[in-house]
Amino acid sequence: MSSPGVTESQDAEQPARAAGPEQPHESTRRTGGGDLSTRALSLLQTGVGRNAGLVVALLLLCVVGAFTAGDRFASTDNALTILRLAATIGVVSIGMTFVITGGGIDLSVGAILALSSVWCTTLATQVIAEDTHWIVMAGVALLVGIGCGLVNGVLISYGRVVPFIATLAMLASARGLAEIISLRRTQIVTVPGFRDFFTARLLGVEVQVWLFALVAVIGWVVLNRTTFGRRTIAVGGNPEAARLAGINVRRHTVLLYVLVGVCCAIAALMLVARTTTGSSTHGTLYELDAIAAVVIGGTLLSGGRGTIVGTVFGVLIFTTLTNVFTLNNRSISEQSLLKGAIIVVAVLLQQRLANRKSSE
Amino acid sequence: MSTATDRDDTATRGDSRPILEMHGIVKEFPGVRALDGVDLDVRPGEVHCLLGQNGAGKSTLIKVLSASYQPDEGTIRWDGEEVSLPTPVSAMKLGISTIYQELDLVPGLTVAENVFLGHELSRGGISQTATANSRTRALLERLGHPEISATRLVETLSPASQQIVSMARALSHETKLLVLDEPSAVLDGEEVENLFHVMEGLTAEGVAIVYISHRLEEIRRIGDRITVLKDGATVATGLPVSETPTSELIRLMTGRSIEYVFPDRTGRVDTSTDPVLKVEGLALGGTFSGVDLEVHAGEIVGLAGLVGAGRSEIVETVYGARRATAGTVTVDGKKLRRGSVSAAVAAGMGLCPEERKSQGLLLGEPISNNVTISSMGRFARWGFLRRGDEKSEAERLTEQLDVRPRGVTRPVGKLSGGNQQKVVLARWLLRGCRVLLLDEPTRGVDVGARSEIYALIRSLADEGVAVVVVSSEVEEVLGLADRVLVVREGRVVHESAATELDESRVLDLVMEGKVA
Repeated sequence: MSSPGVTESQDAEQPARAAGPEQPHESTRRTGGGDLSTRALSLLQTGVGRNAGLVVALLLLCVVGAFTAGDRFASTDNALTILRLAATIGVVSIGMTFVITGGGIDLSVGAILALSSVWCTTLATQVIAEDTHWIVMAGVALLVGIGCGLVNGVLISYGRVVPFIATLAMLASARGLAEIISLRRTQIVTVPGFRDFFTARLLGVEVQVWLFALVAVIGWVVLNRTTFGRRTIAVGGNPEAARLAGINVRRHTVLLYVLVGVCCAIAALMLVARTTTGSSTHGTLYELDAIAAVVIGGTLLSGGRGTIVGTVFGVLIFTTLTNVFTLNNRSISEQSLLKGAIIVVAVLLQQRLANRKSSE
Repeated sequence: MSTATDRDDTATRGDSRPILEMHGIVKEFPGVRALDGVDLDVRPGEVHCLLGQNGAGKSTLIKVLSASYQPDEGTIRWDGEEVSLPTPVSAMKLGISTIYQELDLVPGLTVAENVFLGHELSRGGISQTATANSRTRALLERLGHPEISATRLVETLSPASQQIVSMARALSHETKLLVLDEPSAVLDGEEVENLFHVMEGLTAEGVAIVYISHRLEEIRRIGDRITVLKDGATVATGLPVSETPTSELIRLMTGRSIEYVFPDRTGRVDTSTDPVLKVEGLALGGTFSGVDLEVHAGEIVGLAGLVGAGRSEIVETVYGARRATAGTVTVDGKKLRRGSVSAAVAAGMGLCPEERKSQGLLLGEPISNNVTISSMGRFARWGFLRRGDEKSEAERLTEQLDVRPRGVTRPVGKLSGGNQQKVVLARWLLRGCRVLLLDEPTRGVDVGARSEIYALIRSLADEGVAVVVVSSEVEEVLGLADRVLVVREGRVVHESAATELDESRVLDLVMEGKVA
């Protein structure tokens, strides 16, 4: 992405969001220029181009990685490692993007992930799975995810519990339940086929990475092209207006938390396959990583505006950062320090932009 | 001291120099000129009443006075000297205290903590609670309410006592001018009388009071002079209360300074058929009760009344946005589930809410999405939106309603009030409503766009939509509606054809019967 795109795309973000790549004329007419260049510009303004700042950040990070770690960083194997690590937290972050866009927050994603991973690897589940098919394990994980999401959603929508508190309670309870079920022991996956499926390679890339890509693409389509996505933006942007326009805000909120639950379950399956274990310690602090990725991606924490592409970049930036630090033998503490700084800078930049736009 | 002597005092002080003079105050908001040359002068020790219909500019004026708003034009003189009031603190420093309708107390703090909020008494960072408490007690005593304990939590007090606390807070500064915005709205008869005693005590000490109320009897009882606002301008100032007849005040308040163009009534409402919307015995807790309403196809029914009379609550309850405690709502013979907006919308109802920005629109979203939000199903196949169709329909409607500027990808928040209202109307036009509820459809809408909106509402009715219009502006209700219901204190007190009423009669109905 060329750097001239940076400022242009930020100025025209709002109309571009509305227009999408197919009908950009109305929004770009103001920016002027020839038809061809406006068309190119409008493409930049949407999708990837709109996130030019994130692209630049990611590229910079890669340059730093290549300089400091040399071939150990700039290799196909390392790129695949980054993607593999990004896949799990990425799927969770896609779900988180929806909840945050819809005006909520889910602190329980890591705990739901842990509970799903434990439940789908219990002895009982694995025995049945061995007799039938590993898909049983996936089914169990998904049911756990849906169940937890449903509890969160119903508490928030119908019980009128603040999302922060409801999901905080779920964070504690789900992990507690995971510990009870697993007796705090790591459960090894013995079912053949399960691990093979997720770690098999398709066109040289592992299935779990493809799965992340698939979730991201579906997430983008759902958020930008469906009634569900439009409602999510409406409910997050102005719940009262959405309600008075006839949208069933409560039901939609429940669906949003169920959707995150499903994402957690998918992430749990990926993590179980990668580590060949189910454990109550899986996914610890994932909630923070996911929220951080969503926020630096450009999704408004107050709801009403979300970007899947931004979230994907947010995830990639954090994962690449971790990778560069690890290759340079830097400590986790240093990583955390820098992560915090990145979040602050990203949010400050966002606010600057938002202020400039509102003062226009 | 008795009321009579106070009155005499102020009468003799009649020529004293005004403490406050506001001249030619103009305040503009995008699309509206809220204040258009307001003059006001207030003398020490008088109760100066500010009178005007809803939307006349009273609230804006006191916000200018308390420096919450900056005037665009005009001068403010304080004690003879021209001043500028850049921040609320600067107004407070001069000695101007304002008590708004919505009390701004912190419920979880004590009376004394609230009184000294923002200028806490402390030494070396440690709160001097005892001093604050004793000074609060002195203030409450001065206000004639020593029974309110300085150490009680404000949330445990009655609204009347909370108001006294607000006044104590105002007096904890050196206050020379006290602005009271409809203080009696939350009080019952006896409490109002107490408030008047407090006010009399303050004016006797030389404090000037600007008093806003809709209740003419109160103004007769407590006021010295009256300033009347109409459409953001002063139409009369310094009228002595004792010499101005009520009819004159009503004439001044309603006297038309702007002629709105109302569409002709087509007068073809067929009332022999069953009504489209039928409301029977509708009630909502302590807000309103026993509301019956029938609206036929092609008919516009207006609800007139003061802010707080329960008009908005009635339409919101009809719409299911509030859950009725009694009564039924029927659309085309089908009874609606209580408290369900989805059911109401499914039955063909639409609402243009009072607070357009906070209740009606997604301000950051494009116009097209705001138009199609209630009819998304029409543009979706298996949940996937056909955005081309969606956009072209939104374009067709916004062009039909002449929303300016053109272009449906623009965020709706950047439009003027009138155009925003057209977007909300376009939403329900697209949906194809049987019943349309309009709450203050022209609030914040400039004069030109008003006529367009009136014409649009009439044409919707002519197409067979049953329309209910709530408005604080009496002339709007009378000009637009076929039939008018007057709402006072949660009850429908009058119902008749609009042609049988005039403005002063409606104002009479709206205001009368108040306990002073």
